[in-house]
Amino acid sequence: MNIYVLMKRTFDTEEKITISGGQINEDGAEFIINPYDEYAIEEAIQVRDAQGGEVTVVSVGTEETEKQLRTALAMGADKAVLINTEDDLDYGDQFTTAKILSEFLKDKEADLIIAGNVAIDGGSGQVGPRVAELLNIPYVTTITKLEIDGSNVTVVRDVEGDSEVIETTLPLLVTAQQGLNEPRYPSLPGIMKAKKKPLDELELDDLDLDEDDVEAKTKTIEIYLPPQKEAGKVLEGELADQVKELVNLLHTEAKVI
Amino acid sequence: MARKIVVLGEVRDGALRNVSFEAVAAAKAAAEGGEVVGILIGDSVHALGADLIHYGADRVVTVESDKLNQYTSDGYSQALMAVIDAEKPEGLVFGHTSLGKDLAPKIAAKLDSGLISDVTSLEQAGGNLVFTRPIYSGKAFEKKIVTDGLIFATIRPNNISPLDKDETRTGEVSSLSVDVKDLRTIIKEVVRKATEGVDLSEAKVVIAGGRGVKSEEGFEPLKELATLLNGAVGASRGACDADYCDYSLQIGQTGKVVTPDLYIACGISGAIQHLAGMSNSKVIVAINKDPEANIFKVADYGIVGDLFEVVPMLTEEFKKIVVNA
Repeated sequence: MNIYVLMKRTFDTEEKITISGGQINEDGAEFIINPYDEYAIEEAIQVRDAQGGEVTVVSVGTEETEKQLRTALAMGADKAVLINTEDDLDYGDQFTTAKILSEFLKDKEADLIIAGNVAIDGGSGQVGPRVAELLNIPYVTTITKLEIDGSNVTVVRDVEGDSEVIETTLPLLVTAQQGLNEPRYPSLPGIMKAKKKPLDELELDDLDLDEDDVEAKTKTIEIYLPPQKEAGKVLEGELADQVKELVNLLHTEAKVI
Repeated sequence: MARKIVVLGEVRDGALRNVSFEAVAAAKAAAEGGEVVGILIGDSVHALGADLIHYGADRVVTVESDKLNQYTSDGYSQALMAVIDAEKPEGLVFGHTSLGKDLAPKIAAKLDSGLISDVTSLEQAGGNLVFTRPIYSGKAFEKKIVTDGLIFATIRPNNISPLDKDETRTGEVSSLSVDVKDLRTIIKEVVRKATEGVDLSEAKVVIAGGRGVKSEEGFEPLKELATLLNGAVGASRGACDADYCDYSLQIGQTGKVVTPDLYIACGISGAIQHLAGMSNSKVIVAINKDPEANIFKVADYGIVGDLFEVVPMLTEEFKKIVVNA
């Protein structure tokens, strides 16, 4: 089984966001593997362990993404590929990333591609389905269960809380939803081994792409923080009176009920 | 600049979802006087066309087939691409729902176009159509424009107001015949789980529980209040990790982002990753035993107390109003 995982490096979920010079301030921030991509990596490792084969984790990013790719190798992935766009691109959108990934994947004969269903920074959730479409393979998003029997696949898809049981076939792209598995922590031997595993670095040239081929279709013109929410009113007095007052406030002042 | 915009209407349990009417309003704004064409896909959706028109669509095109009785990305994209080929729109608007999130990127890839996902507002500014959307799960926002090709957006439920319903509005509801074939994913079964009733992402009222709920049974008083207010139950990551409820209820940076009119946080401490998922709600109520809990910093109203005392009292008190309403 030839398995690929699409991974993104993101801000740690515990980080507070600040802005400087119109951009998200990255100074001193912790970066992690996008949490949904951790599920993808874990699932890929489990499928490989059950079915044999190889897991390659691929990321479009910068030199700094190497750290998260090494973590994926330490979890148990076999190979990593960094497509470094630092020198070629100032700005990319989901069109850009999907185009780059699909150019990379088109001759790899992947049986299974797993991605996170959304990245917690940009939050678009576009890249997985776009890549599947560009590779002309089926896809299922937000999966919570994956079973493979030969080339037949049964997945459970989370649809706003309900579950769909879906039958499909390989080659296939799926995107991981929370609940798919419990991602492992890299073990110490895993971390040692990861240092020797292959981590290839490619640039757009290596994929026969130039900047124009992947030029973004959309552009961010402003980034801003939402207005700080003022702490509101903590009610006082007997609990029963507080409850009465709260219902009254919601009904007459806030008018939400 | 007038543009023709198509809107995908979404049907759930035989009726159009509210987000579809919001999408029509967004399409109207994006069309700048151009035509807004609704699209309905399903096995029997023709009768719902008038509804989209009442909410502002100029006309509606339906694609009906028994192979479209359930959503599949292949089936819906075949139907949609046929309509797009016939209509040649300059823009598309979908809801940012489970269906929209799944389908829109595929269509964008087919059309070689950009896609601005999860839009919370749009406006004309400096000759551009400017889309606002949350990033970092609402810890920040970005404004985006389309620089090349079609205008394509998915809109977040509960953020863009639908136009007033006008039952005197009329328009053509036509049908397009499409030979739907080669579906590569087949839905064998749909298991209805936690979200019987109101969908969490579309709910106007969300009652959320955290670690303070203490057990699966602890969610019962929250469910009762949610049912009374026609709302949905949500949870913090702490409650999900402790197995008090299903992960599908999780609200936060991992999990769902919600923006209801009223959010009642019960026994939730207010970790930054949870706040990211709910702090843009219109009115936030916090109920927590710990007066120092972080959640009070974002709450409009707070009650320091035991949720198992306060929530049932709230339910009783709300009954007086809801019955009177």
